Amino acid sequence: MAGLATVLGSGAMTNTIGEVEDAKAIFVIGSNTTENHPIIGYRIRKAVKKGARLIVADPREIRLADVADVYLPLKPGTDVALINGMLHVILKEGLVDSEFIASRTEGFEDMKAAVEKYTPEYASEISGVPAEDIVRAARLYAGADSATILYTMGVTQHTSGTENVLSLANLVLATGNFGKPGAGLNPLRGQNNVQGACDMGALPGVYTGYQPVADDNARAKFEKAWCVTLPGKPGMTMTEMFHAAVEDRIRAMYIMGENPLLSDPDGGHICDCLEKMDFMVVQDIFLTETAKLADVVLPAATFAEKDGVFVNTERRVQRVCRALKPRGQSKPDWEIIQLLAQKLGYDWNYESAEQIFDEIAELTPSYAGLSYKRLEDGGIQWPCPNPEHPGTPILHVGKFSRGLGKFSAVDYRLSAEQADEEFPILLTTGRSLYHYHTGTMTRKTEGLNQFHKEELMELNPEDAKALGIGEDDIVTVTSRRGTVRSKVHVTDRIQPGVVFMTFHFAETAANLLTNSEVCHIAKTPELKVCAVRVEKA
Amino acid sequence: MRIKLEPLRQEAVKNWQELQSFGQPIILVGAATCGRASGALDVMAAIGEKMKELEIDAIVRQTGCVGMCHSEVLVDIIKPGRPRITYAKITPELAKELVEDYLVHDNAREDLAICVQGETPDEDLQVRVVMRNCGHIDPNSITDYLAQDGYMGLAKALEMMPQEIIDEVKVSGLRGRGGGGFPAGRKWESCLQVESDQKYVICNADEGDPGAFMDRSVLEGDPHSVIEGMAIAGYAIGASKGILYVRAEYPLAIRQLKIAIEQAKERNLLGENILGSGFSFDLDIFQGAGAFVCGESTALVLSIEGKRGMPKPLPRPRTSEEGLWGKPTLLNNVKTFACVAQIIHRGPDWFKSIGTEKCPGTAVFALTGKVNKCGLIEVPMGIELDKIINEIGGGVAGGRAFKAVQTGGPSGGCLPADMLNLPVDIDSLTAAGSMMGSGGMVVMDDSTCMVDVARYFLEFSLEESCGQCAPCRVGTEQMLTILKDITQGKGREGDIDLLVEMGKAIIDGSICGLGQSAPNPVLSTIRYFRDEYEAHIRDKECPAKACKALITYTIDAEKCQACGRCLKACPTQAITGAKKTPHTIDSDKCDKCGICFSECPDRFAAVLITTGGTESSN
Amino acid sequence: MVTLYIDDIQVSVEKGSTIFDAAQKVGVYIPTLCHHPELHTFGGCRVCMVEANGKLVTACRAPVTDGMVVRIDAEGARKVQRMVVELLLTKHNEDCQTCVKDSNCKLQEVANYVGITPERMAMLRRSVTEVEIDESNPFFNIDRTRCILCGICIRTCEEINGVTALDFGFRGEHTAVVTMGNKKLAESTCESCGECMERCPTGALARKNYERPNREVKSVCGYCGVGCGIHLGVRGDRVVSVRGDKDNPVNKGQLCVKGRFGYNFVNHPDRLTTPLIKRDGELVEASWDEALDLVASRFKEIIDESGPNALGGISSARCTTEDNYVFTRLIRSLGTNNLDHCARL
Repeated sequence: MAGLATVLGSGAMTNTIGEVEDAKAIFVIGSNTTENHPIIGYRIRKAVKKGARLIVADPREIRLADVADVYLPLKPGTDVALINGMLHVILKEGLVDSEFIASRTEGFEDMKAAVEKYTPEYASEISGVPAEDIVRAARLYAGADSATILYTMGVTQHTSGTENVLSLANLVLATGNFGKPGAGLNPLRGQNNVQGACDMGALPGVYTGYQPVADDNARAKFEKAWCVTLPGKPGMTMTEMFHAAVEDRIRAMYIMGENPLLSDPDGGHICDCLEKMDFMVVQDIFLTETAKLADVVLPAATFAEKDGVFVNTERRVQRVCRALKPRGQSKPDWEIIQLLAQKLGYDWNYESAEQIFDEIAELTPSYAGLSYKRLEDGGIQWPCPNPEHPGTPILHVGKFSRGLGKFSAVDYRLSAEQADEEFPILLTTGRSLYHYHTGTMTRKTEGLNQFHKEELMELNPEDAKALGIGEDDIVTVTSRRGTVRSKVHVTDRIQPGVVFMTFHFAETAANLLTNSEVCHIAKTPELKVCAVRVEKA
Repeated sequence: MRIKLEPLRQEAVKNWQELQSFGQPIILVGAATCGRASGALDVMAAIGEKMKELEIDAIVRQTGCVGMCHSEVLVDIIKPGRPRITYAKITPELAKELVEDYLVHDNAREDLAICVQGETPDEDLQVRVVMRNCGHIDPNSITDYLAQDGYMGLAKALEMMPQEIIDEVKVSGLRGRGGGGFPAGRKWESCLQVESDQKYVICNADEGDPGAFMDRSVLEGDPHSVIEGMAIAGYAIGASKGILYVRAEYPLAIRQLKIAIEQAKERNLLGENILGSGFSFDLDIFQGAGAFVCGESTALVLSIEGKRGMPKPLPRPRTSEEGLWGKPTLLNNVKTFACVAQIIHRGPDWFKSIGTEKCPGTAVFALTGKVNKCGLIEVPMGIELDKIINEIGGGVAGGRAFKAVQTGGPSGGCLPADMLNLPVDIDSLTAAGSMMGSGGMVVMDDSTCMVDVARYFLEFSLEESCGQCAPCRVGTEQMLTILKDITQGKGREGDIDLLVEMGKAIIDGSICGLGQSAPNPVLSTIRYFRDEYEAHIRDKECPAKACKALITYTIDAEKCQACGRCLKACPTQAITGAKKTPHTIDSDKCDKCGICFSECPDRFAAVLITTGGTESSN
Repeated sequence: MVTLYIDDIQVSVEKGSTIFDAAQKVGVYIPTLCHHPELHTFGGCRVCMVEANGKLVTACRAPVTDGMVVRIDAEGARKVQRMVVELLLTKHNEDCQTCVKDSNCKLQEVANYVGITPERMAMLRRSVTEVEIDESNPFFNIDRTRCILCGICIRTCEEINGVTALDFGFRGEHTAVVTMGNKKLAESTCESCGECMERCPTGALARKNYERPNREVKSVCGYCGVGCGIHLGVRGDRVVSVRGDKDNPVNKGQLCVKGRFGYNFVNHPDRLTTPLIKRDGELVEASWDEALDLVASRFKEIIDESGPNALGGISSARCTTEDNYVFTRLIRSLGTNNLDHCARL
């Protein structure tokens, strides 16, 4: 998100899910859409049926690749080289939108100089994608009247995550694909309310609506509303907090609805951190792997048992409605937090989720026009500055949030870990259609387990042969950080030299292997590339 | 363009003449699928062997099917200065004899000959347009075809304007030979009128009617005639690509076509800039998986597109406007294309002079069933049924009585004896409750049960139903079940009316021609042979004594000479008896296979078939 | 606009509309089995046959023309309708009581309209093809003895999802809805989204262990970031179904396998139902007061000893926006910005 904010002034999906169906070209990169965002995946297929050209870039030959016009099997972590290669072609062949570049952007010349050396051949050398396919992809993308880019963690979870996003933004700016239907640069958010959590400032440096904590005016506003004094220095990210715990700088943690032991990189290290913590509170619906390490566990209600809003990946604020009373003594999270706040001496008196929402709207300009009443039918996309405003399906129409769209000169650099003699294979991770995140919820549904009941590490037949491994064999996978055992699925949908695992299964916790090295700007860990060794168990 | 063709043609004619007057005998072997099935390749090998042994020089060539399937393997011998003699039913042994006797000892073996002077024995009744070269030329030789004025039509067409060509086709009155009978010129015109960057010409060679093999014979015997017709059509409508949709069950036709396409390309009669005209036309073969319904245009197109071949329901765009890959597509039958080249070459008036006013030209029939001379015939439209069956076909086989003739395959119907004077053309057959279809003609004698015939064709239609529309799928299934019940003596009062009602509803309700015509065999047999249905239902009697469930085999004790033949032959040991003791059949064990009936010597005629109250013996 | 007459009722509809559309506009019922408003017309069942300008046409496909005279109950049309429905019934499983679609079945509805008599049915030969129910999918079955081959499932899979896991297979009376290679559903390319099941007009594609909810509550799916609108079906204190919200602009009623079938966690016995406190290394049940007092006092102690930045809060992308807001308010009020959630994961 940091990348997008740099370029455009705000970091969110620029367009609407519904528009995907009418895009003339769709570039899907680092997103296994049909499995992780199935409904958007269905829309992409529908668009292809309607004649849209589809470009898919992914180290795995995902199912969308089956219907793609061009499939670009890039090596993990080489996104910038591939995208710069496409940009090179677009510039060389004059496929740019000169008017858009002239009137709405800055920094074009710097970008141009940076991509000069990324001939298709050079880009191919780095990314492993055939040069002619890079050329075809560039022409298809730039040649369409409206072209949309959809990406997810396959782009961001790299030490170069921000650069990856910046170079994608270059592609969009160069072809004038901002501010119009069926176009844009669209990060697909992985979880139901990740957008809402970000919007609320569940981040070290911003309050609601991305108002910086370091901004005196913003801070003063929240101090007044909350009747407290607030710190002005941004805090630590999650990964930083875990590192700090080892050095005793973080002694207590309050973890709500998260299972970092399985979801965060270098799980072994996180386990050490959590165990070292003086005091840990976990608030969740199940006794997760993380909760088991807690000093206090607080039982929370599920989404079916509470009122509130979720904000989806296209910034649509939608109503969640209570259908059941919470199980046993469990309570909605906000009620638990309020009870704790009261115990800590704060005079809080929220009577309903709606009352909280009204306070949010009051303090958050982009939410100012929203109310539960207005959200009853299908929700509204922020920004929605006043009660008459219809919401904003497409961002950056006519003008970017930051004024001019900024081209960035981006260079390819190596991932933190490279395959070497000791760890000759690259591991990349992701999710499957039948499970969600750390499996806390989905593994409770028998039917979903029938389809996917245990980890099936994907291994290319070539590698399998070299390692003497067959289908369904058990292997150990070892990185510099840990070892897990996994069953193997041999498939040529994964390229040689790369293996793929999900992180749904506690018994095969792929994140024991992954690297917690982060992108220096967005602080996103490099979950998509780490070097491993695979051995027959 | 004719100038450019001239050298090719002259060379071909020269070759052809040299061949005829080379001073060497020419031996022609009919080696289309029908001939091969009867052993034509063995016959050719035997001839070669014998010639080597006797050290004789002769030119041995294969040709396509002349149509006399009843007499395969056919061998023609042309000795210099002698008329061409056609020999019938030649085995490898007979072939060896023939070579030695005729070529060495000059004994023409008239005992094996079927006719002299080349043409078929009933040439006054048959007119060869579509099949003019079949059995005459070597299908693998483009020069043979060129020598018969081949590609003259194309060369002439390339000098004309597309509309002029279409006008000639319209004037000729040519109607589609695939069954529908739609005027070809009008179809071509609507294709021409649609503007498109790409158009297609498709030849429908998905011949699927049981017993029909006209298209196969043309493709095997004279592939260039179809290729030439398609190229002319391509030029006329503005298509640069043609596809021959041939069922995969026709491997020989596919092979001959591949060879022919290559030869035509080598001589610039296909491919880029044909004869320097600027017109390019490429031809591909698509092998269909043998689904009857894929003969329907929209299903055929879907099948080429790699989808399940299911006809599109109305209203839908015409294939000529929106066909293959959504582009204008001209779809005609093999025989239609085979007519085109000659219409252009010889002019529409020539074509109109054959046949009737509304149906000019010829009809090709696969004449089969209980007729003496089965085979492929080509007759002018309008000829009476009687002439086809009794003169060309040589009458009903085995001296039995004619009962009915079925035309149009599973979509057609059965016509009774009192309709033998019917002039045969597309419209008259339809009016009589049958149809010409793609040209199957099955003759039935009095041992054929009409209910069973209807059952047979309906079973075929049901099996080939694509299943998408309910009337065709569940309707034909229900009708078939009722027909089976009737033939098994389980028919109920009211079944006939139910069949008629259902048949009409299927015709009204079905999506495509398959469903809309599937009830025809039932409706036409009810129309002309209702009493036979009633006998089955009311009297549990099969007048033709064909329905197993309704007949019993008994042995007349007085006639039985206790010879033991039937007893030995009975596969179910249902017959008991001893020497000098008349035999008897245990009806519980009897499988009604009829072997005893045929084993019993005619002079005894002791085995009787009984149905209802009537009896008959051999 | 085109004006036509349906059983003498004048109706004007847009050009390109079908007779079926026009009839719907004036509330005239035309029976159909294979038509579905969200899908391309198929025209396979032939039950919507009507007479238009004296010709029999299928109402679902036939475009209206100006001045067209449509007779819905024309004799020819009625005969086709009757035959199709009667014959489908001869091939249909008769056991309606155990069918999840009983009283909500399109075939029953159309049969009722056509009017089925025992005399007619007695004339016809019954033959229900014996086929095993495909129970391989954990969420829904295919019972081909209840299938009327309307093709709605096939079109749904192709047009709505682009998955194309289903198609017609075989021919004639053997025609059936099959997967590629006639594999069991669970072994096919089917993604188990259940869209076909939702649209099946009979009980051929039926939910396993179906329980009809007492009431439904409109909400939003709790899985990925797409945010599909749903109706949670509640029976007693359990969620027993999830149905896509057709009016929601995001998913227009569509759901994926997790969203439609993955709701069991709500009812799961492993749910946390009381606060837990770790005593001697074991987590044991405690009251809210005990647990919250402990948390409050430990937080205060640590803040007193090491300052507020010794405290960190991890919020959740799975909780509501309100929950997140309140969480950030608490953590920041305690004096630290050590606040994050899993946005990057």
